[in-house]
Amino acid sequence: MIVTETTSFQEHFERIGQTESAGWPDWVTELQAAGQRRFSQVGFPTTKAEDWRFTNVSAIAKHSFAIATAAGDARLATELAGQATLDDQAVRLVFVNGQFAADLSDTATLPVGLTVRNLANDLDADDSIATGRLGRQAAVERSPFTALNTALFRDGVVVQVADGATIEPLVQLIFVTTGGETAVASSARNLVALGRESRLRLVETHVGAPGETYLANHVTEIELGDNAVLDHHKLQGDSIAAFHIASTHVSQAASSVYRNHYFAFGASLSRNEILCYHGGEDVETVLNGLYLVSGTQLADCRTRIDHAMPNCRSYEMYKGILDNQARGVFNGKIHVHPDAQKTDAKQSNQALLLSDDAVIDTKPELEIYADDVRCTHGATVGELDDRALFYLRSRGIPESLARKILIFAFANDVVQGVKVAPLKKHLESILLADHGLPNV
Amino acid sequence: MLEIKNLSARSEDTEILKGINLSVKAGEVHAIMGPNGSGKSTLAHVLAGREDYEVTSGEVTYEGQDLLAMEIEERAAEGVFLAYQYPVEIPGVSNKYFLKAAINSIRKYQKQPLIKTSEFLDLLKSNLAKLGMDKEMMERSVNEGFSGGEKKRNEILQMAMLQPKLALLDETDSGLDIDALKIVAEGVNALRSPERAIVVVTHYQRLLDYIVPDFVHVLSGGKIVRSGDRTLALELESQGYAFLEAETASA
Repeated sequence: MIVTETTSFQEHFERIGQTESAGWPDWVTELQAAGQRRFSQVGFPTTKAEDWRFTNVSAIAKHSFAIATAAGDARLATELAGQATLDDQAVRLVFVNGQFAADLSDTATLPVGLTVRNLANDLDADDSIATGRLGRQAAVERSPFTALNTALFRDGVVVQVADGATIEPLVQLIFVTTGGETAVASSARNLVALGRESRLRLVETHVGAPGETYLANHVTEIELGDNAVLDHHKLQGDSIAAFHIASTHVSQAASSVYRNHYFAFGASLSRNEILCYHGGEDVETVLNGLYLVSGTQLADCRTRIDHAMPNCRSYEMYKGILDNQARGVFNGKIHVHPDAQKTDAKQSNQALLLSDDAVIDTKPELEIYADDVRCTHGATVGELDDRALFYLRSRGIPESLARKILIFAFANDVVQGVKVAPLKKHLESILLADHGLPNV
Repeated sequence: MLEIKNLSARSEDTEILKGINLSVKAGEVHAIMGPNGSGKSTLAHVLAGREDYEVTSGEVTYEGQDLLAMEIEERAAEGVFLAYQYPVEIPGVSNKYFLKAAINSIRKYQKQPLIKTSEFLDLLKSNLAKLGMDKEMMERSVNEGFSGGEKKRNEILQMAMLQPKLALLDETDSGLDIDALKIVAEGVNALRSPERAIVVVTHYQRLLDYIVPDFVHVLSGGKIVRSGDRTLALELESQGYAFLEAETASA
């Protein structure tokens, strides 16, 4: 029997009905019910919807997934989490199939000002951080996948930094997905809140059992107080047969800085959406991304920046390298609201197509309702720079090596923007493995 | 070493070189001067193998081989070096890696053993010192964020590291102040030897005070209209290029 996934998730919803309760407060139960209602209503999107025109999720809709509750292959999960660990000094939280794995995590010594919890515990706590925050930005109407995540989440991470605290150690979140024999759906729901004048460096790593098909569908909500600075890095190294859907919603208060570095290497289909809202003046948003895809992989990168206040800046650079029949989608929306005078917004998307069959659909969208702004965007799709190729060859470097050097250089440009040393090293090693510079 | 016979080349529909004849022997320094648009830079780029230009007639023999039949990298590996007027920026590749890749590519071509890292670093260090360059620049991306003068020095550094047989310098003096010009000229002069030849392409004779040529050629309208010794450069300096046009028109 072929069950479409809508039915399957639907069946799950019907089975749990109102009977299963995580024992969470009423507002959470209501939020989850709203997610469930919304998803039941709209189902998975089709390519008829404008936002999904280039990203066909019918493979997800047709697939059957078990709702992940327990850890799959514990030995494998441990191994994968170990490989993903960047820095022994880091505060590390590991989630297996969306659920907190305390034994794989390291939260023994936390610096003053930093609170980390798993969502399930936080919601039970008297001083719950998520209460009043969860669901505030990620509305269930935004996307069917947000609705699905809202309906299904059982855990996730909650990070809070106190006013004025600069957190020295890195905080690494490792999301491992492995269902063993079963294809699982994992739905982590995360919340990060930085108080005024605080600073944090966060790394999100997504990995999965090699070759396994699963659905990782995560939602993260981030709040930055006045003058807060968050360096947020995400590495998507999911199984090559997996589906990775994620949205990150960021709300920025005055003079805050949000920097996001996104690196996508894995998944058969990935879609990463970042939505930033400027809620105060003098805000800065930096979004950098690199996707490396081959075979029949699809990488969909979407960003939306709401310049709602005057004197804010956003700088965006996405680069993609596509080989074989891989496909890339870039959609960068910059919405400058009527009051957002003196907005400075720069966006660039560059894609390198290494094969005639690789495809990129790139769509910058600038909606500008203020008159005194500076907005630039550029998209280049192409092959390697002929002038650079000639320069290298004119120094005796054979064409094949010159090409390798330029491909590496194209990607390395984004990697060099990462200031976290162990992460940079890790990224370089990935880059060297796939598009490496030969030893010369 | 280099024998150019009746060389003509065009870029798209424009004829730029219209029958160049030039003979350069080992040990010689030649200067090619001429007004803007005369084809000086085109000549240098055609010799280096730039594919934007189409050679329509003529031949170029380098060390007894047909230069125009050689791949770009082959020409470099056989000892032809072009110092660019506008060196290309390559973000994401360090200068150090680039230099080592170039040296070892050439060594591979010449079937010589690869350079040892320690030997490479020593050589780099001494050449940097000679050119007054900071070694930190070698960790930076090729020419990225370099000033005009730094880019030119970087070209001369590459030349010093690669030790070419035939060096073509395209407007190496442009954008250099007098101190930088002296340093660059010293770098070039250090390369002068009976086994090597140098062709300096320049608009102004200023550089030739420091790199003293054996022969000076004046290129105008895609042809060499006059050849002489270094006094020709001084003559051009005092009279300008205007008299050439008169000569060319009447010719």
